[in-house]
Amino acid sequence: MEKIIELKKVNKWFDKFQVLKDIDLEVALQEKIVICGPSGSGKSTLIRCINRLEEHQEGNIIVDGTELAENTKNIEKIRAEVGMVFQQFNLFPHLSILDNCTLAPIWVKKLPKKKAEEVAMKNLTRVQIDDQALKFPGQLSGGQQQRAAIARALCMEPKIMLFDEPTSALDPEMIKEVLDVMVDLAKGGMTMIVVTHEMGFAKEVADNMIFMDEGKIVERAKTKEFFENPKSERTKLFLSQIL
Amino acid sequence: MILTNLKPTKDKINTFLPLGSIFVIFAFLDVLINTFLNLNITGFLPQTLSYFFPLLIGYIGLYLIRIEFSGIGFLDKLNKNINSSNFNAFLSLLILFIIIKAISPLMNWLILEANFAGSSKDDCTGNGACWVFIKVWFNRLMYGLYPDVEQWRVNSAFILLFVLVGVAFFVPPKIKKYFIIFLLFIYPFIGIKLLSGGSFGLVYVETAAWGGLSLTFIISAFAILFCFPIGVFLALGRRSSLPAIRYISIGFIELWRGVPLITVLFMAAVMFPMFLPDGTFIDKLIRVLIAITLFEAAYMAEVVRGGLQALPKGQYEAAKSLGMGYWRMNVLIILPQALKLVIPGIANTLLALVKDTPLIFVVGLMELAGMIGLAKTNPNWLGMAMEGYVFAGLVFWVICYAMSRYSQNLEKKLSTER
Repeated sequence: MEKIIELKKVNKWFDKFQVLKDIDLEVALQEKIVICGPSGSGKSTLIRCINRLEEHQEGNIIVDGTELAENTKNIEKIRAEVGMVFQQFNLFPHLSILDNCTLAPIWVKKLPKKKAEEVAMKNLTRVQIDDQALKFPGQLSGGQQQRAAIARALCMEPKIMLFDEPTSALDPEMIKEVLDVMVDLAKGGMTMIVVTHEMGFAKEVADNMIFMDEGKIVERAKTKEFFENPKSERTKLFLSQIL
Repeated sequence: MILTNLKPTKDKINTFLPLGSIFVIFAFLDVLINTFLNLNITGFLPQTLSYFFPLLIGYIGLYLIRIEFSGIGFLDKLNKNINSSNFNAFLSLLILFIIIKAISPLMNWLILEANFAGSSKDDCTGNGACWVFIKVWFNRLMYGLYPDVEQWRVNSAFILLFVLVGVAFFVPPKIKKYFIIFLLFIYPFIGIKLLSGGSFGLVYVETAAWGGLSLTFIISAFAILFCFPIGVFLALGRRSSLPAIRYISIGFIELWRGVPLITVLFMAAVMFPMFLPDGTFIDKLIRVLIAITLFEAAYMAEVVRGGLQALPKGQYEAAKSLGMGYWRMNVLIILPQALKLVIPGIANTLLALVKDTPLIFVVGLMELAGMIGLAKTNPNWLGMAMEGYVFAGLVFWVICYAMSRYSQNLEKKLSTER
């Protein structure tokens, strides 16, 4: 399988506190990885390093053949290929849902407006909120906003999608509608790294599971094996509490 | 026992409401008759009592009609808004009486006993204001020392501006942007050429002759036009991750904010030329314009920075994650939201700017208030300060109120929340 993301011995500190310790990770094209672990274990920081919203201090991160480092000139180009969905949606409140989706394609990818709107409507239909296209984010429910945020990321036609606890800020009854969209996306062959506590979702789509604790990858295993036969005691404890 | 009987309640509404109403009406009648007909109907009482009589009667009246949940719409509204407690009732009466008492002398001075006709101070025979002063000096108050025969140039410059702005508001968005580009980048040069002349067969009019309300407008318009973008850049600079840009921005902002405008103007007009090499000359008005612009830009920068800081970090991250670089992120995502947040602050700064323009008198330039200062010292028109400054105050108020309303409309229009 072709490698699209590679992390080698990545270390990161916030001041003196070390959040990532010797992280090694390889992600193949079309692979789906779910990262879980207790809060403060560095899961979010890890995926935020992949599109350089956070900077790592040691080690190498190579995304689609380009190493992310201080002097990376075309970091914007990498980011355009890596879609990200945030816990707090982070839609642009001053723009309609449609404009949220077309803004980056028009200004970053230089698509003509007509074409960008076509792409946007296609993706909004895919997440089933095409009827809300002209509303503003503030007028939508949390679940609808998160689906809009997924559509916005998809409009850049990314090679990789990162999900940073996409359902943690949602009311319980809205979680399913977002997860359904993500399952659909996974079945469509997208490369996905998902930080989540939704183990049902993980069992359904993940190829590999990663368990993190205190900045380290404690366990990495095939999904079936991870749930049925975890090796580390720490993983067992975590799973017993969450399942 | 008696006290509980005196408490106005709903079941005794038929007694209390008429009684209270009579008291209140009588109180107001007394004040009105006293003020407008000059007749003291309570004159038989001792002087102090007679003076405070309406307050006392009105107060009792309001107490009597303070019936909770009376079921009468008007009465409930009245009680809720101006008569909710003894103290509020007292304040309401006091304020209403003061307003009534003040109307009469104010109207007398402004209109009834004021003089409108005539052409010299001697025509002002009444006790009221002498509006003849404003009438005679009107041209000077509008155009300063601009030559009378050339004043059509000032008029046409402003009419052109208003027409362009007006048309820009109504044309479809596609053509609108060309209008705005024309207004921002081409019109100022046409306007300046029209006003200063020197070519195209127009007589040269030096800027020292410019003045009056037209100068207020010119200075305000230029300063607003330029201080806004400079302020935005300074605000972004102050938050830049590049230390050089950050410290230059901080230094600039703190320097200009720390100095009084009057000092800045004085330095721009008097000291700055001393540092220029011999033979170079920058027009005094331009120096003053630059000084005011930079001064207000420093304030604008801090207002805008407030908006930038109010935006959640997630907006920056979302923009970055979509592949936007620094400028795209700021122009498309951050600034539109930040500026919308601080519209009240921006309006505040711009209003202050307009009202700061009279300070240019320290360098010998005279806009509206400055021209009034000049006119009132004219030997033929001594003692007209009151009329002059009331007029200036009124004009400034109209300008500023219009700006304030516009900013409120803008806020409403740009709101995307429900």
